[in-house]
Amino acid sequence: MKDIAIVSFAQSDCRRDAGACNEVELIMPVIEQAMQAVGLNNSQDVDFTCSGSCDYQQGAAFAFVMGVDALGAVPPIKESHVEMDAAWALYESMLKISMGQAESALIYGFGKSSPGELPTVLSQQLDPYYLAPLWVDSVSLAALQARVLLDRGLLSEQDMAAVVARSRANAKANNPHAQLAGDVSVEELLAESPWVAPLRKHDCCPISDGASAMVICTIEKARAWGKPYAVIRGIDHRMESHNIGARDLTRSVSTELAAAQAGVDRGPVEVAELYAPFSHQEIILSQALGLDDSTEINPSGGVLAGNLMMASGLSRIGEVATRIMSGDVRRGVAHATSGPCLQHNLVAVLEAA
Amino acid sequence: MSEETTSSEDDITAIETPVYLTYNFTAGEATTRFLHQVRKGKVMGQRCPGCGNVYAPARGSCAACGLPTSEEVELGNKATVQSFTIVWIPIPNNPIQPPYIVANLVPDGANISFIHLMSECDNDSVHIGQRVEAVWKPEEEWDYAMDNIRYFRPLDEPDVPIEMIGKVPLSGWEGKA
Amino acid sequence: MQYAAVTGIGQTQYKARRGDVSIAGLVHEAAQNALDDAGLGWDAIEAVIIGKAPDMFEGVIMPEVYLADALGCSGKPMLRVHTAGSVGGSTALVAASHVQSGTFRRVLTVTFEKQSESNAMWALSNPQPFSPHLNAGAGGYFAPIMREYMRRSGAPWDTGIKVAVKDRLHGSRNPLNHLQMPEITMQEVEESPMLWDPIRFLESCPSSDGACAMVIADEGLAKEGPKAPVWIRGGAMRSEPTMYAGRDEVNPQAGRDCAADVYAQAGIDDPRKQLDCAEVYVPFSWYEPMWLENLGFAEEGEGWKLTMDGATSLDEGGDIPWNCSGGVLCSNPIGASGMIRFAEAARQVRGDAGAHQVVGARTALGHAYGGGAQFYAMWVVSVDK
Repeated sequence: MKDIAIVSFAQSDCRRDAGACNEVELIMPVIEQAMQAVGLNNSQDVDFTCSGSCDYQQGAAFAFVMGVDALGAVPPIKESHVEMDAAWALYESMLKISMGQAESALIYGFGKSSPGELPTVLSQQLDPYYLAPLWVDSVSLAALQARVLLDRGLLSEQDMAAVVARSRANAKANNPHAQLAGDVSVEELLAESPWVAPLRKHDCCPISDGASAMVICTIEKARAWGKPYAVIRGIDHRMESHNIGARDLTRSVSTELAAAQAGVDRGPVEVAELYAPFSHQEIILSQALGLDDSTEINPSGGVLAGNLMMASGLSRIGEVATRIMSGDVRRGVAHATSGPCLQHNLVAVLEAA
Repeated sequence: MSEETTSSEDDITAIETPVYLTYNFTAGEATTRFLHQVRKGKVMGQRCPGCGNVYAPARGSCAACGLPTSEEVELGNKATVQSFTIVWIPIPNNPIQPPYIVANLVPDGANISFIHLMSECDNDSVHIGQRVEAVWKPEEEWDYAMDNIRYFRPLDEPDVPIEMIGKVPLSGWEGKA
Repeated sequence: MQYAAVTGIGQTQYKARRGDVSIAGLVHEAAQNALDDAGLGWDAIEAVIIGKAPDMFEGVIMPEVYLADALGCSGKPMLRVHTAGSVGGSTALVAASHVQSGTFRRVLTVTFEKQSESNAMWALSNPQPFSPHLNAGAGGYFAPIMREYMRRSGAPWDTGIKVAVKDRLHGSRNPLNHLQMPEITMQEVEESPMLWDPIRFLESCPSSDGACAMVIADEGLAKEGPKAPVWIRGGAMRSEPTMYAGRDEVNPQAGRDCAADVYAQAGIDDPRKQLDCAEVYVPFSWYEPMWLENLGFAEEGEGWKLTMDGATSLDEGGDIPWNCSGGVLCSNPIGASGMIRFAEAARQVRGDAGAHQVVGARTALGHAYGGGAQFYAMWVVSVDK
């Protein structure tokens, strides 16, 4: 894959309930913001557009079809969609640019989770013959995973609470779009009673409505536009078995594979944005990526501060890109996930130009 | 691959796993504005600030320009048939029996069609360019729903020429361009 | 751009209900057939690109997560495409881009639908609050557009009937098809029940279970396969909004632009002459004459003449046979239907289309569309690189 430049990123506030807003109304402001940052008007000004969304979130088929109404797609545009997090829409767009069929692309992800019961909805992501009929929700599966880690002594409840406390503090300091932010101590968090044991409510990401958007292009085009940009130096994603019993839930083997392929260890990782919907998963992911204390993890607060399902992965990449574009850091790693217990993982390495 | 079986009496070829998910559906801000007016017996469109076309019912953007549509425009009770189909499949819980007409109708003052029923008409004489008007339910039954309009019925007005369909102003069509 | 070729094609038997397999079994069957066709094992695949239409068809959310094991994806990249009815075509193009970008050397792509596990008409137009429920479905949406085509073109009323017969006769040469109607007649179609006037029952596609898969490889690996590589000479996608003021729904610009793009890539300026056959997404009979015009095989308003003259018929010795496989009118596992068009175009070029082979075919078009005829995906494949 060619080096690709991220030239802009925009994200909406994470809100528990975006009220009456429909998909188009969620998408339009972030697309406008991402495009205007590089002096572009609408999808006519890029060569390719790709989005990520999931129909079951709001319970109506063809959410992405409505999304096209926000693009100004007349005359017709080159456009595609993944029923995945928009981080994979970014991946598809990078292939398109690498093969030479586009020089620039608009990527967006959106999700309105508030209309349904998201953890229950996600139970229907499981094997339809064996697991889905049992209605095993996404929180319960994550709780099973946390239990394995705790029982093996690989982490403690204090470690998990520390992740949450740091997320809230970082969100308060750095993230105006966060849904959950503030100063809480590990002691205060541990004083709360378990929710889906061993998980406490704060170990789980909140449910949020919103959208994010990004503009990418070739390095040549980014230079021509004359705006600051971050370079995607490596990107890879890997799947694991759906059979949870066949996986070692204490590791993320797919993240390890993707990290190796993306070249995470080819330089210092100053910052990492990890899509960890549950506190213990941030620890699993940090280990899979080989991160240590020298890396600032989730300066935005991560998805524990607000989870725009189907856009959160793209947002992690956007958060790292934004920090590189502003000159705060020179190299960082972003991660996206999909499926129960981190089944599918994407890793991107971003660097300053 | 064939349907070969090893022990046919034990073959399971289907299981029933009913899935019920409850959603709190929201219409969207633009549609909410529209529905509030429909509740009062008015059909409103929204004008695109870019191309000036009027959308009804609006979804909050001009799909061609990708711009938010905020200007509200009142539309007529009359409309023009852009095209139609005669449907031979019954609608559950609807008294209208097949064959019935489902038509793409452009209300006067709008530049885009919506789909609705036609009735009180001879199915064989329905045609493109035909003029129709909305037949509303009794006011006490009005809700936040497009089926406050029960159906559209033909009007005794000259047909709209093909090239004028989608461009008839709110002042209507009396056979003059 | 790196060269890419189809080196393996696998399809399932298409049926109203494949009660003998699970969803995983269905996709695995197509994938295994494609690997066998390419003379490969699962280890030879570097990434899997999967597509299907809305998740509500089977009620499985983001089914790639569940299907990872059936497709040997553990430790590999897996991508799920969804672009409505055009998804079978778009998925093939996204898979090709994995190779054409130089990122992968050999990938597997699979699309499927198991319509028997759900009610597709419900999933396509499930009743929503605030809007009238007209129970019109896809047929009810497209019928007025066909009526407008008939008005514009002055096509004879039985053009659609002719297409329905032609594609079923083609389809009777293809043993994989869901519908097998070797004895079908114009009269039988005409007398079949009217559903959404002008669409009769026998002018509509069936609902099918089925899956289709392809192996796509780079130049070096393509030449190693047991069968001749089918080169991807061009690929294009276009989208436009479902509804906008002034939209031409009969001859959508997105389709015209997409065709122009794919022809330019493949060096085609006269598709009727330079293509040997085409596999085009025709779910309702009238879409053949409409797409003949949209895709540049005929002038606007003249598409029906090719149909009525037999130009698109294998049985009548037409010069540009369309849908020799029987097309969507014979088998319609929605999410796979577009990829079946792409794969059947490749089979023709490879010369192994069996009884529905166009003799000497060297270059073919595969076409898919979806949504309110607003999403398009097309490719041109050829024996020549």
